[in-house]
Amino acid sequence: MSGVDPRLPASYLQLGTSSFSDFLAAEAPGLLPQSRRLDQPVRSEGRSAGDLAPHATTIVAATFDGGVVMAGDRRATMGNVIAQRDIEKVFPADEFSCVGIAGTAGLAVEMVRLFQTELEHYEKIEGTTLSTDGKANRLAALIRNNLGMAMQGLAVVPLFAGYDVRADHGRIFSYDVTGGRYEETAFHSVGSGSLFARGALKKLYREGLDREGCVEVLVQALYDAADDDSATGGPDLTRRIFPVVHVITAEGGGRMADADVAAVADRVVGGRMRRPDGPLADLEGGAQA
Amino acid sequence: MSMPYYVSPEQLMKDRADYARKGISRGRSVVVVQYADGVLFVSENPSQALHKVSEIYDRIAFAAVGRYNEFENLRIAGVRLADMRGYAYDRRDVTGRGLANAYAQTLGTIFSSGGEKPYEVEIFVAEIGDAAADDQVYRLTYDGQVADEHDWAVMGGENDVVAAYLSEHYVAGSDLPTALRLAAGALGHGQDSDRVIPASDLEVAVLDRTRSQQRKFARVLGGRLAELLGPRETPSTEAPEPATTGTTGTAGTAGTTGPTEPPVSPVSPVSPGSDEPPIAPPP
Repeated sequence: MSGVDPRLPASYLQLGTSSFSDFLAAEAPGLLPQSRRLDQPVRSEGRSAGDLAPHATTIVAATFDGGVVMAGDRRATMGNVIAQRDIEKVFPADEFSCVGIAGTAGLAVEMVRLFQTELEHYEKIEGTTLSTDGKANRLAALIRNNLGMAMQGLAVVPLFAGYDVRADHGRIFSYDVTGGRYEETAFHSVGSGSLFARGALKKLYREGLDREGCVEVLVQALYDAADDDSATGGPDLTRRIFPVVHVITAEGGGRMADADVAAVADRVVGGRMRRPDGPLADLEGGAQA
Repeated sequence: MSMPYYVSPEQLMKDRADYARKGISRGRSVVVVQYADGVLFVSENPSQALHKVSEIYDRIAFAAVGRYNEFENLRIAGVRLADMRGYAYDRRDVTGRGLANAYAQTLGTIFSSGGEKPYEVEIFVAEIGDAAADDQVYRLTYDGQVADEHDWAVMGGENDVVAAYLSEHYVAGSDLPTALRLAAGALGHGQDSDRVIPASDLEVAVLDRTRSQQRKFARVLGGRLAELLGPRETPSTEAPEPATTGTTGTAGTAGTTGPTEPPVSPVSPVSPGSDEPPIAPPP
């Protein structure tokens, strides 16, 4: 607000854009995540920027009949150190979508906050929600704006999942650091443990899963990721810290209650006590174990 | 030699106020009623697309009467201000008082600046707290005055007639269906006869503190609206208790004190929130 005129700035009162990030770029660019540019690659004692900030790791998502589920482990790492045991990496974006983050935690959390505000802002100004594709594209634009930081080692790679009310099924979108947007079918995973999680998902996922089955498949996949990736945390039985699981259906989305996730995790861990490598997938030839 | 054209400042402001008031009284009324779980907004608005009541933030809503393009600009400005503040600080740092203040400064500056036409709008900004006692309703007039409203308030249209009905029938701490029937009855109340406004012509929204979501604003539409309104052949005559429910709201009842000429000037003479009124002479 300038000098003597106490009224709202003219830019607030103009018709302008429905996008919060565009408005922010014009009004308060310093608040945008991408405004923090590094002039040169950050190096400290031979370590890159990526080692100096906590990193979030594995996110998995899968669709089921009538919805989509996303789950994330709770570990953040900084180089070889566990930075946090109970970080949350799966966030609701709005009522019918959620976003999970892998990569530099600080930037990613800020990007999620911007994305949440972006969706809510559009909804309030336009009086209607964005389409699922529209939301996925907006997220892609936010990631693309972070490309400079990604090149310095501070990459953010989210996974986006939502229930498409028009198409009447759950959808999953993955991204790359340049803002490339790719729709995935059935299931996907991102982050350092994603290779192992995806291997598990390939063997465990099947058509016609119900909600409970889908949650269990994802918790199994996270267990496998934690089994082989040091940066991914498994279920913490002593501290009772379990993955964050977000379920979205036609009725809207919400985080699964901790007690319910704990029950699934206890069952999964119980199974691993008997067979550490997890459930056995059938072979085409019908070979028996 | 022609006479220099002189208009006294008093006359100039009065003309501007009359102009704004005339524009505001042309439309239909908006009623806000505090009930047990929050704040209810009801207006007669056949349009499904052009809203008079809207969400600003988690616990803050906005209602307006007057010129659509002007209050739509103010609404968008409010959403931008709230989202900006919530993003820069925290969601809890967005308050109705801050928003009402920004609106008051804007409306007041425009009203008293010679070069611009005054906004022909009147606004409610409502915010709910954790308990009914913490709920706030602010009324902002075209000249930037702010007034605290209690229990119920009405603006626009024939607001003295509607206010008379509300002051007679309002019961503090009622539930949503009762409050909604009261508001619908008040809007249908006329000088000579009452009418039943069809549910499809009512725009109804609530700030409901019992909602599990962070965002407490919800529109009441279609089936739910009909269900809450209940059967309504005759204009609702329930709420047998006649007034005197210990209302402290002098602000909202100013319209009932007599049929003064301008339909919209219930600017409270004792409004506690008017410590920073711009030049605004209510006649």
